[in-house]
Amino acid sequence: MSATVLTFTDRGIYCPAGDFHIDPWRPVDRALITHGHADHARPGHGAYLATEPAAPVIRHRLGEIALDTIRFGERRRIGGATVTFHPAGHIPGSAQIRVEVGGEIWVVSGDYKLAPDGLCEAFEPVRCHAFITECTFGLPVFSWRPQQEIAAEINGWWAANAAEGRASILGAYSLGKAQRLLALLDPGIGPILTHGAVENTNAVLRSQGYALPETRHATPDLDVKAHPGAMVIAPPSALGSTWARRFGRAATGMASGWMRLRGVRRRRGADRGFVLSDHADWGDLHSAIRETGAEKIFVTHGYTEIFSRWLATQGYDAQVVPTEFGGEEDESATSGEDAA
Amino acid sequence: MKAFSRLFTAIDQSTKTSVKTAALAEYFRNAPEEDRLWTIALFSGRRPKRAVTTTQLREWAAERAGLPLWLVEESYPVVGDLAETIALILPPPSSPSDHTLSHWINTLVDLSQVDQDARKAQILAAWDGLDETGRFLFNKLITGGFRIGVSRKLMTRALAQATGQDEAALALRLMGDWTPQTTTWQALIEAPDPQADDSRPYPFYLAYQLDGAPEALGAPEDWLAEWKWDGIRGQLILRGGAHHVWSRGEELMTDRFPEFARVPDFLPPGHVFDGELVAWDGAQPLPFNALQKRIGRKTVPKKLLKDAPVILLAYDLLESEGQDIRDRPFAERRAMLDTLLADLPPDAPLRASPRIAFDSWEVLAATRATAREQRAEGLMLKRLDAPYLAGRKKGDWWKWKLDPLSVDAVMIYAQQGHGRRANLFTDFTFAAWDGNDLVPFTKAYSGLTDAEFNEITAWVRRNTLQRFGPVRQVRPELVFEIAFEGIQPSPRHKSGLALRFPRMARWRRDKPAQEANTLADLRDMLTAYG
Repeated sequence: MSATVLTFTDRGIYCPAGDFHIDPWRPVDRALITHGHADHARPGHGAYLATEPAAPVIRHRLGEIALDTIRFGERRRIGGATVTFHPAGHIPGSAQIRVEVGGEIWVVSGDYKLAPDGLCEAFEPVRCHAFITECTFGLPVFSWRPQQEIAAEINGWWAANAAEGRASILGAYSLGKAQRLLALLDPGIGPILTHGAVENTNAVLRSQGYALPETRHATPDLDVKAHPGAMVIAPPSALGSTWARRFGRAATGMASGWMRLRGVRRRRGADRGFVLSDHADWGDLHSAIRETGAEKIFVTHGYTEIFSRWLATQGYDAQVVPTEFGGEEDESATSGEDAA
Repeated sequence: MKAFSRLFTAIDQSTKTSVKTAALAEYFRNAPEEDRLWTIALFSGRRPKRAVTTTQLREWAAERAGLPLWLVEESYPVVGDLAETIALILPPPSSPSDHTLSHWINTLVDLSQVDQDARKAQILAAWDGLDETGRFLFNKLITGGFRIGVSRKLMTRALAQATGQDEAALALRLMGDWTPQTTTWQALIEAPDPQADDSRPYPFYLAYQLDGAPEALGAPEDWLAEWKWDGIRGQLILRGGAHHVWSRGEELMTDRFPEFARVPDFLPPGHVFDGELVAWDGAQPLPFNALQKRIGRKTVPKKLLKDAPVILLAYDLLESEGQDIRDRPFAERRAMLDTLLADLPPDAPLRASPRIAFDSWEVLAATRATAREQRAEGLMLKRLDAPYLAGRKKGDWWKWKLDPLSVDAVMIYAQQGHGRRANLFTDFTFAAWDGNDLVPFTKAYSGLTDAEFNEITAWVRRNTLQRFGPVRQVRPELVFEIAFEGIQPSPRHKSGLALRFPRMARWRRDKPAQEANTLADLRDMLTAYG
């Protein structure tokens, strides 16, 4: 017996037994949200449910919404379904959502990474019958080196720039990647400045107790010269903007899984690309899938057709989740915020 | 390979010419001699002969990585570069080594001596001994197209910095038909007589495009005007009783153009001509596709030689009676050229490209408008008192081309680009209306901004109708203005025609697909300009 716990509709993933959607992309009555990135937490739903640590950022981004919270591991009955949220390791507060209906268990991964980053709650494998997994980096060309090696690269780059009296501007998404980088920086090298979008998110996360080093918001009246050799964390869109010009002949860098590809690195036009992703690489996608014990795998977000074909050759019952964009590719070109 | 990998990384991590030049100069000062020589060769378009096919590389890499071949094939368009794809999927090296660049190149050169199994073993062993960057570079040596952001000019400048030699003199030494196997550092860079090789061409001087009005160039009497021919740039060298024909791409093409064997009968040795190679009908150039048939043939059948005879329309003299005269003013060089060619028989494969008389820019603009009737692309303007420089330098030579032809066409297929543009849809097929049908007639890849390509990429993902491998058939909705330089009949294409240098002039967001041009419009252009 294999009841259909979740279905795929034009609004997103839906649970008929509990009458709720997970990360829907069109307005619905009740939405369960894995994390606060814009392509997962959208405005316009009647009621929201997210983890306690994810909630403040979602409120910050979406304003006045009816948002209920849940602790990691807490069981909640919704109609005929029982749901629990489990750490996904993607960004602070991010969750996988486990849905149980009549003994059949399905898990929606949201976005996830396996390797602990020291900042967000570490990924937790959840046993299930069916696993709906992202596969942003579901190609064998994507594999990540340990975080400590990348941190050493970034700090080495910063120190070298600082020694030349230049600022270092590092492009990173304002929620998640920016704070992960902050936690990896060596504040002994120099001052750390932030773009407003990053600093606002920092404030939210600091108030929750996430430990971030001291940063200074680079407001228009800030005297840049008073902070020689600074590290500047800004959203990628700010690189090359008038905002960035005030730092003079600064060195520029990008931190993202896409930096693994030379073509993307060059297209982004930054001096340096650091391969640092908040998603699982090829090997970790397989580990995660294996550890769920699931035989039925639905893939979404990424190279879905290629990845599902590969899983099928590995003995899984693999299918592609139809998504709004109907595409198999990354959104690196169109800068999906979480696709990093 | 580690030193070369470091050089590559330094170059790849910078967009600044000064940083790249310094890194390369540093390498030229310290690397072993053979590595230096190969580095010069690679950055001037020379590479070892390809001993394995890219198909074999993919198969061997898939096998080594324990992946099915299809998965490697699917990964390739995402990465956009086969050498890189393979470097990224291979497991970490099991027996790291520290051989030189030359060692690995010699390994590749020696592959042609051994059988298939041995080749495979050598390639696998190389992968096992190299780190990720090393593998990428090793694979690049095999697949060719060694473009990593270092132009020949930049390489020559770095070499000048490292050796203390004059950049122009070095550029001259690096021309011609050498490989690291046929020369030494001493002979190529340091030997006292750079003219030792009789076949050596001079670096070509390249013109800039004139975008504004010619009035900005000053007084008309300071300038000489010629037609800008639609052929291939070439140098004809007469030295020591022999002749050599070089293309601008530094390819020795003497054997492809047997017509020039007669030239030493008319002209003395010690002369070098710069001009345009064109197929000639006796009075004017034939369309470019006539010349194209000749370029592709290493040996020329009699009939083709008769149907599309090639001549050089000479417009400059670089060497006279054995003397390099590039420093003399153009007016003087051009007068010497005209005198030298004045008495040649009318069927000689060498003619002076005519000067165009004009006494005002308005008169010249009127002449330019008639360029297509002359089978020219526009005009060349050259400053009369200028020396012959090397490479593309602004100021003395300008191409003043006709405005391109253009049509509005509907995008029907899209494909992802390569390299820098992998993951972006940048390669499009365009169609024109034939009744209610859209007939494809050209592809185009360039002309839009990165922001526009981003926007179109997102659109393509949402508007795909069908997939054929990497190609997407999309809703026929987007209209683009396609600019092109010429139009030719082409029985191989469904539309019956082919465009020269098509590119996207702009995205016509204002135009619905129904209002795009028709095949009949294109046929009218073919009649008028083909």
